[in-house]
Amino acid sequence: MRREILLAIPVLGLASILQTSIIGRITLLNGRADLVLLILAAWSLQERVRSAWIWGVAAGLLVGFISGLPFYIYPVCYIVLVGMGRLLAHRVWQAPLLAMFTVTFMGTLELLMLTYLERSLFAVSLDFNLSFVQIILPSILLNMLLAIPVHALIHGLANRLYPVEANS
Amino acid sequence: MNKRVSRSLQTVIIALVVVGLLALALGGYFTPVSSRFTRLLVDVQSWVSTRYMAVSDFLTVPRDMASLRQQNTDLESEVAQLQTQVIDLQQQVTETNILSALVDFARANPQYSYKAAAVIGRDPSPFLSYVIINIGSDQGLLPGMPVVTDKGLVGRVDAVIAEAARVQLITDSASAVDVRLQSSKTDAILDGSVTSDLSLDMISQDASVTVGDVVLTSGLGGSYPPNLLVGQVVSVRKLDYELFQQAVIQPNVDFNQLGFVLVITNFTSVNITPLVVTPGP
Repeated sequence: MRREILLAIPVLGLASILQTSIIGRITLLNGRADLVLLILAAWSLQERVRSAWIWGVAAGLLVGFISGLPFYIYPVCYIVLVGMGRLLAHRVWQAPLLAMFTVTFMGTLELLMLTYLERSLFAVSLDFNLSFVQIILPSILLNMLLAIPVHALIHGLANRLYPVEANS
Repeated sequence: MNKRVSRSLQTVIIALVVVGLLALALGGYFTPVSSRFTRLLVDVQSWVSTRYMAVSDFLTVPRDMASLRQQNTDLESEVAQLQTQVIDLQQQVTETNILSALVDFARANPQYSYKAAAVIGRDPSPFLSYVIINIGSDQGLLPGMPVVTDKGLVGRVDAVIAEAARVQLITDSASAVDVRLQSSKTDAILDGSVTSDLSLDMISQDASVTVGDVVLTSGLGGSYPPNLLVGQVVSVRKLDYELFQQAVIQPNVDFNQLGFVLVITNFTSVNITPLVVTPGP
């Protein structure tokens, strides 16, 4: 558990740096992938991992601090995402990629819809169709594309922390 | 006595023969013979030399191959290093050109104080058009300070920490800038959007707006200093039943390629909220 929490610092820190400096510049229409969300989704789907909730809170606080959105958006969305991941990890454990795609899709949709609502209610009126076509759908597509490699990486990381016994 | 006479005779005969041969040679009578002999000699020499070189190569090739391979590896590594240097230098030249353009801009607008900054990141949310720059409150930055490049207005500082700051671009959907059309002196509001397109709103129906009109900041509202270049009008929408005209703007700054920016540090934005009249109870 302590190792997992210590691992969160470099992994989430590096993911945030990559997100703001590289991934954020790669756009499809106006959509962007969310590397931190993908890492959280993949981490919460690892059965032996016990610190997914702490990772969710830490990532939410970190990205919430960087972003210009209100501070609560990212922590709330990431914690809900981890909840979905933990729920599916126990129920769809035989199809990890299906679970990853489901969590990624639901998590991205939840984050962007909440962002849309917050902006529309408290900042500026936004056209829903334009936002959906230009931002939400492309972002979901980019996240789905990155879901497989990120899942493979995080699965490898979890296996290093908790090696699978040869007899099993 | 006879022996001595015969030896002297032999010597004389030999000397005569030698002199005769020399005379014939000097006279050119031996040229065909000597040239054939020389050619034969050269052929033999070439044959021997070629065979020697072949044998020598055969014996020394393995050692040379090893040294050649080593030399090749060294040269390849040197080429890689030089290519890296070339890329670094090209990068430096690009940066120098950008910085030089920024310095030119600063010299052309001496009324402001500037701090140069590099853009080091973008906001994680695709709904926001914000960038992160590498200077902050330690360098004197405050929220509200305008940010420009040599091409024109970029945005303004939104939040500051010790070593970094977040800048809201004018393309952000929540951004609104008071601007003026240079030719008609008409005031308008420049709005961003979720697609990062810029549009002008609140243009009076009486105003004459044409494609190509230059858009500058007006200074109204106190958020930005006046006369900063924003962009040009690319299309106008004027409908008789609407209160205002609208126009689409092409910004001068390429917001996807922002590398370096200048923060205007001696301009303090004015908060006019207390002056805005709110309906009473």
